[in-house]
Amino acid sequence: MTKIDTGRPESVLPTPSHTVGPFYGHALPFRGGEDIAPLGHPDTVTVHGYVLDGEGGPLPDALIELWGPDPDGNVPTADGSMRRDPASGGFLGRNGVEFTGWGRIQTDANGHWYARTLRPGARGRSAPYLSVCVFARGLLVHLYTRIYLPDDAEALAADPLLSRLEDGRRDTLVAVAEDSGTYRFDIRLQGEGETVFLEFQ
Amino acid sequence: MTLTQHDIDREIAAERAAYEKRLADGGPVEHQPRRDYAPYRSSVLRHPKQPPVAIDVSQDPELVELSSPAFGERDITETDNDLTRQHDGEPIGERITVSGRLLDRDGRPVRGQLVEIWQANSAGRYAHQREQHDAPLDPNFTGVGRTLTDGEGRYHFTTVQPGPYPWRQHVNAWRPAHIHFSLFGTAFTQRLVTQMYFPSDPLFPHDPIIQSVTDDAARQRLVATYDHSLSVPEFSMGYHWDIVLDGPHATWIEEGR
Ligand SMILES: [Fe+3]
Repeated sequence: MTKIDTGRPESVLPTPSHTVGPFYGHALPFRGGEDIAPLGHPDTVTVHGYVLDGEGGPLPDALIELWGPDPDGNVPTADGSMRRDPASGGFLGRNGVEFTGWGRIQTDANGHWYARTLRPGARGRSAPYLSVCVFARGLLVHLYTRIYLPDDAEALAADPLLSRLEDGRRDTLVAVAEDSGTYRFDIRLQGEGETVFLEFQ
Repeated sequence: MTLTQHDIDREIAAERAAYEKRLADGGPVEHQPRRDYAPYRSSVLRHPKQPPVAIDVSQDPELVELSSPAFGERDITETDNDLTRQHDGEPIGERITVSGRLLDRDGRPVRGQLVEIWQANSAGRYAHQREQHDAPLDPNFTGVGRTLTDGEGRYHFTTVQPGPYPWRQHVNAWRPAHIHFSLFGTAFTQRLVTQMYFPSDPLFPHDPIIQSVTDDAARQRLVATYDHSLSVPEFSMGYHWDIVLDGPHATWIEEGR
């Protein structure tokens, strides 16, 4: 069953998802996972928030991945997010120059996470957004959502996804501006104010 | 009230019966677990109650989710795919080799992508601070590996057979031996985190995590096959495990590669 015969398309069926579990912490997070923006880049934004369960309790063991375009809307193609040190086997981190567009952040003991990345540019007909993938113990299949930045009301109003949602739900996808360049985005897995999660077809 | 294995077994049986009824009523084969699967208690407060909002990717080829982060040789070191060589000494346990192909739903190889694994040591203990199982740590085993798939989508790891471990969800709860896998495709929509199991584990019927995949054939796809041709003489036992990524992807990106 686990040798897939690619000559028989009917046998090429998806491998089921499983929870990331509680013990990924020594494997998946890496140094600088949250510092996605090249050092000192003027278009850097900080996004941060909490991941909350159905009782409003913070998740101290959620893992967030962010993926977004550069400020011109281009898809990053650089590798090197988790550069390694061939001598010690440890992490060197990013080189602070190239933009890989991808980051990975574990929530802290308070259920809080943050990332510094480049302000995403618009692509296609969408308003600018960062794609988000959420993993956690208890989550048997990861969840996708999006962080839209609130600055361009016209673009948000024309966005094909946002314009399909009723106001209360739509607002869960739009980050709240705080200080200049800092945005708050909480992820509520369940219950009141539940974040809109996406399924790609 | 103390939660027993018997309670969980009954709930697992009820979930299976519910799935069989959905199938009998003409419902689709469910390749993925439901996020709302109560026999796995941690899911109860952590699954959305609203249905996900569907995005038809064919409407917009520009979606950033149709592309994927890139990884390269500088994200990997030479011993990353050999978990038995990451310390000064040899880890304790039965050495195994695990290999297979990373494919998309069309059966095409996913090349040059990152595969990450993590696992317990041969005694069933993770090298993780919060792990409370009092089985011994192995100073020569961290249980973390990484590799990039080759031109045929193949990956290869050398490690030790992980042990089963208790996890306290209910009295006498044990996880069948498994290796955690994290995978990227050619699109972010294909992202997958899952677990690979070993053939004929007697713990399968009692484990609500593997049983969360209620479809028998789908659950079998999580179990590696013993492959004598992957066993290395005088060194290790071989297991074969192919992985198929779900989720739509931009087919035109691959053309001409
Ligand atoms: Fe585990």
